[in-house]
Amino acid sequence: MNSPYITRSPSVTEIMVKVLAALIPAIAADVWFFGPAVLVTLALASVTALVLEAFMLRLRGRPVKPFLMDGSALLTAWLLGLSIPPMAPWWLIVTGTAFAIVIAKHLYGGLGSNPFNPAMVGYAVLIISFPVQMTQWLAPASIAQSHLDFSSILDYMFFHALPANTGLDALTSATPLDTLKTQLHLDKSMDAIMSLPIYGTIGGKWMAAAYLAGGLYLLQQKIVSWHVPVSFIGTIAILSGALHLVDPAHYASPLFQLASGATMIGAFFILTDPVTGPTTPKGKLLFASGAGFLTYVIRLHGGYPDGVAFAVLLMNICVPLIDAYTQPPVFGKKK
Amino acid sequence: MRQLYHFNGGVHPPQHKDQSTIDPIRIPPLPEKLIIPLHQHIGSSAKALVQPGERVLKGQMIGQPEGHVSSAIHAPTSGKILSVGMEPVPHPSGLDALCVILEPDGLEEWIERVPLDPEMDPGTMRTKLKDAGVVGLGGAVFPSFIKLNPGSKNKVRTLILNGAECEPYITCDDLLMRERAFEIAEGAKLMQRLLGAEEVVLGIEDNKPLAIEAMKSAGGMEVVAVPTVYPGGGAKQLIKVLTGVEVPAGERSTDLGVQCFNVATAASVYRAIRLGEPVLSRIVTITGNVAQPGNYEALIGTPVDHLIRQAGALPGSSGAIMGGPMMGIDLPSTHVPVVKAMNCVIVKSEALFPKALDPMPCIRCARCAESCPAELQPQELYWFAKAKNFGKAQEYALFDCIECGCCSYVCPSHIPLVQYYRYAKSEIWAQEREKKASDLARLRHEFRVERMERDKREKAERLAQKSAQAKEL
Repeated sequence: MNSPYITRSPSVTEIMVKVLAALIPAIAADVWFFGPAVLVTLALASVTALVLEAFMLRLRGRPVKPFLMDGSALLTAWLLGLSIPPMAPWWLIVTGTAFAIVIAKHLYGGLGSNPFNPAMVGYAVLIISFPVQMTQWLAPASIAQSHLDFSSILDYMFFHALPANTGLDALTSATPLDTLKTQLHLDKSMDAIMSLPIYGTIGGKWMAAAYLAGGLYLLQQKIVSWHVPVSFIGTIAILSGALHLVDPAHYASPLFQLASGATMIGAFFILTDPVTGPTTPKGKLLFASGAGFLTYVIRLHGGYPDGVAFAVLLMNICVPLIDAYTQPPVFGKKK
Repeated sequence: MRQLYHFNGGVHPPQHKDQSTIDPIRIPPLPEKLIIPLHQHIGSSAKALVQPGERVLKGQMIGQPEGHVSSAIHAPTSGKILSVGMEPVPHPSGLDALCVILEPDGLEEWIERVPLDPEMDPGTMRTKLKDAGVVGLGGAVFPSFIKLNPGSKNKVRTLILNGAECEPYITCDDLLMRERAFEIAEGAKLMQRLLGAEEVVLGIEDNKPLAIEAMKSAGGMEVVAVPTVYPGGGAKQLIKVLTGVEVPAGERSTDLGVQCFNVATAASVYRAIRLGEPVLSRIVTITGNVAQPGNYEALIGTPVDHLIRQAGALPGSSGAIMGGPMMGIDLPSTHVPVVKAMNCVIVKSEALFPKALDPMPCIRCARCAESCPAELQPQELYWFAKAKNFGKAQEYALFDCIECGCCSYVCPSHIPLVQYYRYAKSEIWAQEREKKASDLARLRHEFRVERMERDKREKAERLAQKSAQAKEL
């Protein structure tokens, strides 16, 4: 044994458990607005992730128990599960989770070695391969034309069966970001778009607030540093704010951008993943502002309604470079 | 009020200091024998001056300094030299070292002690300190007379005394300041004069109110309570906190107008000059798994187990640490002697120091970087050390690492980071030694080849000359 002889630090497991706990407000809000299907999605993603994690650990000859207990696979499952539309078919959930755990995580060396955020790899694979299923979000309860009971939802998720005389269109709707993009393409004015029923719902704002609440808890617990969320949210706010000021008819307000899509989950839960992000404070600022810029550009000009997942993956590529060029000066060697 | 500065990171480990500060400094009985290493300081070993069978007096020099960077060793009590030979010593290398074994006769018969003139010529005073075996007692054991020479170029403005004692468990400086503030203050005056320093500032962590009070009433210096944060007692960290000056790795603080000494060193300067007593003992904290933790004024060479017996060894002990739990080293056994570098011995037990948890992979959380007082990127150094990419590790300032252990302390993956850095450093040193050796060998080879060619050439020339002469004839 060698010095130091003592340690006192939260273990990896404790850190992951705190992050999982920080997701609970968002999960609760999700269930409130979209119903219990969310929990089925999360459960299925979790089981898939844990089974595949154990399988891959065994295959790689690593001790299964300590790594299964670290909570990282569960966190990937939850982040991906929350990004998949509620009521998505079971195979979509399993495919995305399998990609995240097997390919994005373990084939790159497992915990600590994966260059890309596993949940976002899973998400990107799904949205590229199954764009239809991935954009069919359940309409918030307040504007849906018809409702399904829980057993019908399970029927749909696992057997692709809808009750007679219920169409999928009646249950789902495009997300606010999706609607905005389509309507802008149709040359509608911002005022007209914002008076559409989807913008009358408050689900998105509450979801964003729930992620924000979890994020503030992580900041308070010193699990994440302020650099990433502040830089990411700030960049999106500044860019969208500037364009909104210049041309409010074509550019949505910064508040809309912040409360929509994956801005908040990205700021506090995705970009803050230590494994796939930079380690230096300056690097974190650069990394997150790059992701904010890309997110906003993809929202404006990309083929997909939201850009957080792609922005994260593109910035993941830059992490070694960012780290190499943002090394802070050491003690006594500051200019 | 002095403006205090802040250094990056640091940690707040549990203190465990109270249990060893209940009693005043204890004087242990004379041990049956003393094992006195001849190399207790940075620099070259002292040369043995005694033979087995010889009688020595208390304070008699038994090891003479060799070369400039060296220090003298003395007989801590009167008695008979039993032998001079290799013995296990408390050193990170774990290697045996040359020691003088002394059997005390119990008479405590001193050499003639000659108090010196405090106003004497600085150069002579430094030589006296070298001959009195005065070295840094904070743990680095660098010969003090060298650090007390400001040189002609530099002006030392501030003399800093280090009474921070930031490592958990250790309380020897705390007790020394409480009980012998006068000696420290008088020693500081002598040191200030040698350095020509304008001010003397003593930094004490604010968890030692009694020491602060005692030193304040001793006077002669500015006593500053510094925040309790490990490693606030690292020389560089304390200099930063008290003056704002950052001493870069590889540079001397005197070049920046600051010099720093441990408080116990100041006390031994006082004893050496004003009382004519060389360094024969030091205060050692005996704590951990013992019945009565406390501080002992131990003669140099006292076997550690003699002190542990005094403090009451408890069952369930599993070895001992020299130093604190953050930077200490495992003792090879408790039969090793007290040396000038030994400030504390912590008797280990499973309960006090549970086995380290199995390391998990690094998740790049950078808690280590946040805690690093040298402002390094420990996670990068870890990757480079692990990959044996030593060039890159040096580029990322591996040698600025002070091995304080903060990074390992906070690592959620329980990675023994400091061990990786020690490994990388020793590999780099080994490579450099090898390169030096091979450079020398190549130089020798080239020289030999050249010499042989020159011999051949000269021979050919001589032959040619001879044959030319023969032709002329």
